[in-house]
Amino acid sequence: MRAGSVRSLPLAWALTLAALGAGASPLKAYTVYVTNEKDNTVSIIDSSKLEVVKTIKVGQRPRGITLSKDQKWLLVCTSDDNTVQVWDTETLALVKTLPSGPDPELFILHPTGNPLYVANEDDNLITVVDVGESRVLAEIPVGVEPEGLGISPDGALLVATSETTNMAHFIDTTTHAIIDNVLVDSRPRVAEFTPDGSQVWISAEIGGKVSVIDPKSRQILAKIAFEIPGVTPDAIQPVGVRISRNGKLAFVALGPANRVAVIDTATFKVEKYLLVGQRVWQLAFTPDDKLLFTTNGASNDVSVIDVEKLRVLRSIRVGRYPWGVVVARH
Amino acid sequence: MPLRRDAALNAGAGTHLGLAQGLLCCCLLLASPFAFPAMAASQQAAGEGQARQQVAVLLARERRDLPPPLSLLDMPAADDAVAGAQLAINDNNTTGRFLKQEFSLEVIQAEASDLLRDVEARVRQGVSFVVLDASPPTLLALADRLKDRNVLILNAGANADELRAEACRRNVVHTAPSRGMLADALAQYLVWKRWRRWFLVAGADPDDQAFADAIRRGAKRFGAKIVQERTFTLDPGNRRADGGHEQIQEQIPAFTQNVPDYDVLLVADEAGQFGDYLPYRTWDARPVAGTQGLVATSWHPALEQWGATQFQNRFFRLANRPMRALDYNVWVAVRSIGEAATRAKSATANDIITYLRSEEFELAAFKGRKLSYRSWNGQLRQPILLATPKLTVTVSPQPGFLHPTSELDTLGSDKPESPCKAYASP
Repeated sequence: MRAGSVRSLPLAWALTLAALGAGASPLKAYTVYVTNEKDNTVSIIDSSKLEVVKTIKVGQRPRGITLSKDQKWLLVCTSDDNTVQVWDTETLALVKTLPSGPDPELFILHPTGNPLYVANEDDNLITVVDVGESRVLAEIPVGVEPEGLGISPDGALLVATSETTNMAHFIDTTTHAIIDNVLVDSRPRVAEFTPDGSQVWISAEIGGKVSVIDPKSRQILAKIAFEIPGVTPDAIQPVGVRISRNGKLAFVALGPANRVAVIDTATFKVEKYLLVGQRVWQLAFTPDDKLLFTTNGASNDVSVIDVEKLRVLRSIRVGRYPWGVVVARH
Repeated sequence: MPLRRDAALNAGAGTHLGLAQGLLCCCLLLASPFAFPAMAASQQAAGEGQARQQVAVLLARERRDLPPPLSLLDMPAADDAVAGAQLAINDNNTTGRFLKQEFSLEVIQAEASDLLRDVEARVRQGVSFVVLDASPPTLLALADRLKDRNVLILNAGANADELRAEACRRNVVHTAPSRGMLADALAQYLVWKRWRRWFLVAGADPDDQAFADAIRRGAKRFGAKIVQERTFTLDPGNRRADGGHEQIQEQIPAFTQNVPDYDVLLVADEAGQFGDYLPYRTWDARPVAGTQGLVATSWHPALEQWGATQFQNRFFRLANRPMRALDYNVWVAVRSIGEAATRAKSATANDIITYLRSEEFELAAFKGRKLSYRSWNGQLRQPILLATPKLTVTVSPQPGFLHPTSELDTLGSDKPESPCKAYASP
């Protein structure tokens, strides 16, 4: 929200709240955590107020962010410190740091809550870390500049993307062996499974497309392209991908195109482009799937999308270069 | 290896740098960047029993007598270009091990006549990809000698516009940006900045005059005005550079006196013989841009946007120095071969060359946009960085300079104006 429109906010916001609360349920209070890459901070947003309630100082260059299965720990990739920091979500105190391998950028927890798979962008590795014991269990060599990580709902299959190799690597989480490599478009960034595990969606930032892959056959089922009037094709750079819990809608952050694409997962058609902040990067739903938060790196804010109405509700100023986002259950 | 060892840049280290070493050899790279044991990492992913497809890349550099640069900071590294090639080979092999493709590098450095002979000999033995850092006459001689062979020359070192124009050759693509692209990149930014009145100072050397031509064309294309031109003549027997700062402090203000009011001084000094004397010494307090001051370049060692940090780190670990533009041009050339081999799923020269030239080809190269080759002259379309010695200032094309197909084609020779005939009839 730019300065000029701030004054009109309370009224607009009251109306929005009223609209949202039409079914008698106001916004639930979830806690939203946003890493600010340039500030070395995490902004904490209350999703019922849609405002920053606290900012905590973390390690250097915080990027990937997630929560432990019991939600007691907030895990942050502090890339320039070459560690993953573990923060207590109650006390907001630093609990410990996990060994992560060099330059951790993104990571994903096994659905059981352990282990943690970390992409080491600088070292062509995926590091497997036992979160409880703070110890490296394995290192899996992948392509050049690993980045995105997705895990199947049953935890059996890990998908890692490598940005310069342009592949999605399919990894057996029991043996840590790569069972297949699927070539996708240039600079794949994020891998996201559908809730039923039948598809994995891979965004390609420079290629400008999203590949939908069948994890069983490793065939590419669809390639989704984007076209926005008035936006140069080179600026359409898909990065963050999130799929609603009912599996019906996929949201894709399009980077410097400053849009989030809404895709019908049944048809792979883009239904809508939502204008958000600048260089939109990562996305996270609230647990009730009512809201979607987007990190907008170049405009230092977070856009809040009403998932049902497919409308941008407002933007919230956070730190500099917001990068990752995760929402807690409470 | 049949290659002349004395021609190699890293004498004693050998020049055949084949094999996949992307993963486990990082530690070895630190100790000895150019001596690799047989690969271990690639075994794991490639499986057993299946033959690997081999792609040999030759990096050929012409030895030339170049005067030393003014600044010690600009002394080229002994492995200039070679380290860029090696990094790309490593990157290609990390990918290649998943596809059972293997890339190898061989380096020849020699004077023109030896270079032509040695490259031709290697081509006869089956090399199909020659990444070249040579003067325009050597490039043309090599291209003509190899014209009936299934060979692609990737020009990483020569920026002469004529190589992309009347003198273009069908078997050459260019990863080095042309002078026209560099000058247009500068012109767009200076016009965006509303610094439209230029004072052009060029050296007498033909290369400097060619750069000055590109500046003049850029001014015309983008609406700037050259209010004055002067030629800076060096006395080779008694370089002004040798006088130390006292004399330069007297000479440069005198040289830049009595110029009609201007916004920015544009300097054309490709060999770096006087341009760095201009900033802070001009009669009027004006910024300097061109070949010195604010420069247009394909790469800058401090670029960190678009994931470049990891790329710079990777290079530094390999070469123990920052990456220069020539390293980048060579990296792009070798990666282009790798990317085309990956996408074409083939290691045969024909398939790779066809794919590299096709509309489908795109390369992610840490500049925030996909790079590809222009169909009308084989020039790589790419964003151009404008930078001071320490940081990137901006990246062209600038906002507002539009193009019907790709804004990158606002830099350099565009399709309708291209005089390149060799590409017109493939």
